Amino acid sequence: MSVAARSTRTAPAKNTLWHEIRKNRASYLLMAPYFTLFFLFTVLPVLMSVYLSFNYFNMLEMPRWVGWTNYIKLLLEDDIFIISLRNTLLFAVITGPISYLLCLLFAWIINEFKPKVRAFLTLIFYAPSICGNAYMIWNLILTGDRYGYLNGLLLRIGILNEPILWMQTEKFVLPVLIVVQLWLSLGTGFLSFIAGLQTVDKGLYEAAAIDGVKNRWQELWFVTLPAMKPQLMFGAVMQITQSFAVADISIALAGNPSVNYSGATIVTHLLDYGSTRLDMGYASAIATILFLLMVGTNKLVQRLLRRVGE
Amino acid sequence: MSGMENVKTKMPALNLKRRAPAELTPEQEEILRQKRLDKIHRKMKRKDGKKKLNRSTAGNAVLFILMGICGVFMVLPLVMIINNAVKPLDELYQFPPRIFVRNPTLTNFSDLYVLLNESWVPFSRYVLNTIIITVGGMTGHVIIASMAAYPLAKNHFPGKKLLFSVVVLSMMFSWTVTQIPQYLIISWLGINNTYGALVLPAWSFGMGLYLMKQFMEQLPDSLMESARLQGANEWQIFWRIVMPNVKPAWLTLAIFQFQQMWGNTGSMFLRSEELKPLQYALQQITSGGVSRAGAGAAVTFIIAAVPIIFFLICQSSIMETMTTSGMKD
Repeated sequence: MSVAARSTRTAPAKNTLWHEIRKNRASYLLMAPYFTLFFLFTVLPVLMSVYLSFNYFNMLEMPRWVGWTNYIKLLLEDDIFIISLRNTLLFAVITGPISYLLCLLFAWIINEFKPKVRAFLTLIFYAPSICGNAYMIWNLILTGDRYGYLNGLLLRIGILNEPILWMQTEKFVLPVLIVVQLWLSLGTGFLSFIAGLQTVDKGLYEAAAIDGVKNRWQELWFVTLPAMKPQLMFGAVMQITQSFAVADISIALAGNPSVNYSGATIVTHLLDYGSTRLDMGYASAIATILFLLMVGTNKLVQRLLRRVGE
Repeated sequence: MSGMENVKTKMPALNLKRRAPAELTPEQEEILRQKRLDKIHRKMKRKDGKKKLNRSTAGNAVLFILMGICGVFMVLPLVMIINNAVKPLDELYQFPPRIFVRNPTLTNFSDLYVLLNESWVPFSRYVLNTIIITVGGMTGHVIIASMAAYPLAKNHFPGKKLLFSVVVLSMMFSWTVTQIPQYLIISWLGINNTYGALVLPAWSFGMGLYLMKQFMEQLPDSLMESARLQGANEWQIFWRIVMPNVKPAWLTLAIFQFQQMWGNTGSMFLRSEELKPLQYALQQITSGGVSRAGAGAAVTFIIAAVPIIFFLICQSSIMETMTTSGMKD
């Protein structure tokens, strides 16, 4: 890591690739530890999974090459996959944008408070995400007998005459999962927005006030949001990965398989094949389809976000 | 929400970009920045208590009522965890169920204490394992992910775009299916049944790098240039200039990573009982059914309390950095 290594300005303009690499060797050195581990523990497993999706692999015998069979079966013959795909899309389209906006809204409001109050408020809103499996509390709330909090409450008020089996009734499953997910939504994105708001230059607000920004909404759109665009991008990616990969809450509250697959999502379907039926090839094919779905959504969302503040 | 209409009216083009980068020496720039900061700080102090912009009271009221209603729902798990931990067994199974405790007691914790003393390996061993795994997984990740994020955010070199998009894309591949190849790799490396099997993969999570890179991108280039001119090497720039300036980012990342590692039971890789973390030991206690419900409530409380304390420490430091973070160009 010599000083000469990065003298970007003074170096003679040799445009050979090797020269560029040599010139930036300090950068590569800094990245080396992370990317070594990253390729080993993340990229390699992903590539292996994609390879497995073209195989029949039951985790006991060696993988057997089957070509596109898994994909053909998945897309053309698997009715439950279609149900889970529909559920996941519905789920993502509703919870994704709402969660994202909630994160932003609450981070922004909390930012108006004094620092001590702010840390406390952040904890309150982040509480569902920090308490481990906090969504298990919904199991208590939604218990189907009279001991469930919700049934107990509704019985006492007199709205219900007999307890409802919430998570065993098809029409309630998906709406309940959406509510629970929204309740859980102030997570990763929320905290990164909070941190992002801390780094917005306070001088910008002064300058904007002089330049004619009149109220908080204008300030938000013309000053705050453009200044924290990198965090908005980050939040969007995290939101996509969370909304599309929802499974834990569905399994915890509705079970897997859920009643008539009413709570089935792509990942619960994947888990069904991966850990119950031990068909890893098929599970990998599901993961690859899900991956493509997320990549596409991400492209779309990033394009939208580029227009913030314009 | 009356302000929304005003946004639609035509805005004068905002001149938010600062003056064009003039040919200033770093020293001069530093002085200028300091002056500007001082001015802002003075202004902010003078106007303390009074907002800089006219924020409508109606808007305030709507926002705070919304906050209040949501806040009650959000804090519910915390309230229940705390209350359940001090409920006697009969109250835990009461109908109609109550959220708040009537006869608070600490028997749950003393029950738990008795159970802990009966554990197979000394209980302190579980605590030590958790500290090694959590602190190791967290610090290591924050440091090496930030090290990689800095060149990706600020330097230009061949392969930069590719490396970054691979990281972002990797987060979209379902973790469930990569588990098995990952297990194979860990076995090949011969680190199965060691702390490394949990800690090393944790160092390579994609999210941390992405988060750090996004924050570092916002730092003004002049900050690094001036350090370079003073003869600092890349490591020094990273450690002394970049990291202190993205403190909110790495504190946030530390929170995420702490949570992740703290919740890890390690049951996939750790077979030796003396390597297993606290989380595992505590889960074994709660799986004892009705008779352990009291101790289980105490366990839930402890499992939640530790990350919350860590969270509060980090969050209040994030807020403190605010006063010094006005250095953007």
